Amino acid sequence: MDSLSFDLAATPLRDLNRFLHKEAVTQGIRHVTVLHPDGAHNIAVGLDAPVAVEIAGHAGYYAAGMLKHGEVTIQGNAGTGVAENMMSGKVHVKGFASVSAGASAHGGLLVVDGDTSLRCGISLKGGDIVVGGSVGSFSGFMAQAGRMVICGNAGDALGDSLYEAVIYVRGNIKSLGADARIEDMAESDYQAVGELLAAAGFSYDPHEFKRVASAKSLYHWNADANQEY
Amino acid sequence: MNDNEHLLKHIAKEPSAGYDRKIMDYIHNAATHGLYEIRGMGAKRAVPNFDDLVLLGASLSRYPLEGYREKCVTKTVLGTRFASKPIELEIPITIAGMSFGALSANVKESLGRAATELGTSTTTGDGGMTAEERQSSKTLVYQCLPSRYGFNPDDVRRADAIEIVIGQGAKPGGGGMLLGQKISPRVAKMRTLPEGIDQRSACRHPDWTGPDDLVIKIQELREMTDWEKPIYVKVGATRTFHDVKLAVHAGADVIVVDGMQGGTAATQTCFIEHVGIPTLAALRQAVDALEDLDMKGKVQLIISGGVRTGADVAKALAMGADAVAIGQGVLYALGCNHDAYTLDGAVHSACDDYANLGTAAGFCHHCHTGRCPVGITTQDEQLAQRLMPDLGAKRLKNYLKTLNMELTTLARACGKQNVHHLEREDLAAMTIEAAAMARLPLAGTDWVPGF
Repeated sequence: MDSLSFDLAATPLRDLNRFLHKEAVTQGIRHVTVLHPDGAHNIAVGLDAPVAVEIAGHAGYYAAGMLKHGEVTIQGNAGTGVAENMMSGKVHVKGFASVSAGASAHGGLLVVDGDTSLRCGISLKGGDIVVGGSVGSFSGFMAQAGRMVICGNAGDALGDSLYEAVIYVRGNIKSLGADARIEDMAESDYQAVGELLAAAGFSYDPHEFKRVASAKSLYHWNADANQEY
Repeated sequence: MNDNEHLLKHIAKEPSAGYDRKIMDYIHNAATHGLYEIRGMGAKRAVPNFDDLVLLGASLSRYPLEGYREKCVTKTVLGTRFASKPIELEIPITIAGMSFGALSANVKESLGRAATELGTSTTTGDGGMTAEERQSSKTLVYQCLPSRYGFNPDDVRRADAIEIVIGQGAKPGGGGMLLGQKISPRVAKMRTLPEGIDQRSACRHPDWTGPDDLVIKIQELREMTDWEKPIYVKVGATRTFHDVKLAVHAGADVIVVDGMQGGTAATQTCFIEHVGIPTLAALRQAVDALEDLDMKGKVQLIISGGVRTGADVAKALAMGADAVAIGQGVLYALGCNHDAYTLDGAVHSACDDYANLGTAAGFCHHCHTGRCPVGITTQDEQLAQRLMPDLGAKRLKNYLKTLNMELTTLARACGKQNVHHLEREDLAAMTIEAAAMARLPLAGTDWVPGF
C-alpha cells in the first residue's frame, strides 16, 4: 500500500499534517487523498517530502504553504495564499485561487487553471506561476525573482516595484505598476513561456504573450523622483 | 554703544524656542539636499522613561532579602499558551531582533555565544537566519517579517520560536530599509535581491491583511511546526491596548511590544522621532490589555525599546512584563560609539573614522552607511574584523551579567525571591507625565493623574 486517505470530516487537520511531516515517508506512502476538505485552512502546509497530495474539493487559506518536494493538487478552489513561500515541488489548483496566490514563493511551480484574485505572485522570490485565467490588481508586487505566465488579463498596477522577476501576459493589462514596463520578447522568453505552458498543461502560443519587467529606476534612491511613483 | 547696537546685541543672544539650532540645521539640510535624513539607532528626544520611576525598597512594612546571599529566581518561561515546547530562559533579558545585513556575521555570532552562555535567546531579523547565529545561539527566535527575505521552512523547523513582526518601535507602519552600501553579495543572495540596491522592504505582509487573517497565519505556522514552537507577535507601540488584544485573539503565545525608543539600522529621522508612543506608556497599555482579557501570565509579554540597565529591567518586570528585549544596549556593550576598537590584540583609535562620517564617538548614528568605525553595523570585511566574536561575546556577556545582578539586587531589596514577583505596588513615579503614562502614583502620594 503506498496510498492513504484522510477524511477531514472525521480526522483533525493536525493529524493529517503531522502524518505528512513525520510518517508518510517512513511508511512508504507516496499518495495521500484528502476527503471533505470543505475549505479547511492550512492543508498540507510544510510538506517536505516527495508525496502527492490530492485535495478532493475546496481548500482554505495557505494550502500547500511552504511546500518542498511534494506535489499538491486541489480539485476545487483555493483560498488566500495558496502555495505561499513554496520552495520546490508543484501545486495545481483546478479551480480559482483567492488573493496572494504563490506569495513569496522561492521555487517550484504553481498552476491555477482559473483566475486568481489580487496580489498573485506578490513578493515572488524565484518560483514560477502559471495562471490559466486572469489575475487581479497588484499582481507581481515587489516580485524579486521567478516568472509569472498569465494566460488571461491582468488588473491594475501589474508588477509594481518589480525587481528581477518577469511577467508574461497573453491578454490585456489594465495598468502597469510603478517601474514596470513592457519589453520586447526575446527568443529565450518564447522558450521560457513555452516550457512553462507545457509544464502547466496549456496549449497557448508563446508568441501571443507580452513581457513585463522592471525598468530598474527604483533600484536606487533618487531624491529628484519626489517619490511620485 | 548706541541704542541700535544695544538692541542687536540683545537679539543676538536670544535664541528662538521654535527655531533653535537643531531645527534650523534641519531646514538648511532639507533646502540643500531635498531629501529627508535617514539614520540608525532610536529616538533621541527626551521622553518619559524608566528613569522616571523608582522602586520602593522594603523597610518596616516590607521584608527585604539578603542582597548577596538569598536566592532570587530569574528563570523565565515564554510560550506556555499553546506550544508544546515553550522557551525556557535562565534570565528575563533577551536579545532583540537585529538582522544579518544590518549587523556583521561576527556580531551575530557574538550575540549567540553570549546569549547561550547566559541562557537567554537571540532573534534573527530581516534577511533570514545565518548559519553562524543558528550554530552559536542555543535558543533562537526566527522572525517572519513582511519582506520574507530568506524566510524558508527549513529555518522555521530549525528555530526554537517564531516571531511574526507586525511593526517595530522605531517605525510602526513602516517597512525595513537597508541601503545599497550594505547589500553585499552574501546579503543580496540571502534576500534574493540584486547586489548594491537600496532595499526598501514592504510594510505589510504579502499573504495576510488583518487580525482575522492573522489567526489563520498563526495556525499555519503552528501546523508547520506540529504545534511545538511558541509563536510570538511583535508590534510597534502605537495603539498598544487594542493591538495586544487583537494579537491575543489571533492566538499569540508571546507578545513583543517595542516602544518608540527602539532602535533601527536605517529609518527616516521623522519616523524615529515622531511615530509611536514611549515604552513606558506602551507597557502599561499592554499589561492592561492582558489583564482585561484575563490573559496575564497565560500570554507572556516582552517589552523592548530603551531598556538599558538592570533597574530598567526590574521596573519593566514590576510593571507587568515577563521579559525584556534589548537591541541598542547590546550594540553599545559591543563597543558602539566607543572611541577605540581592538584588532589583532592591539587597541586602535576610531576617532578618524568617526570624523570621516561627519560625527564623533558618543554621537554616531551612522549604521545606515555600513561604515561603522568599530565594526558592528557593517558588511565591509575589513571593518568587520574590528569586532571579533571572542571579544564581542565576552563584552556582551559582561553586560548581561551586570544587568541580571542589578535586577536581582533590586528584587531582593523589594523582598522578592523571584524577579517575576516584582509588582506595580513596588513602583512610584517621579514625574506627573510618567505617573500618567505608567498609571502609577506620583512618589509620596497616592495620586495617579487621571484617576
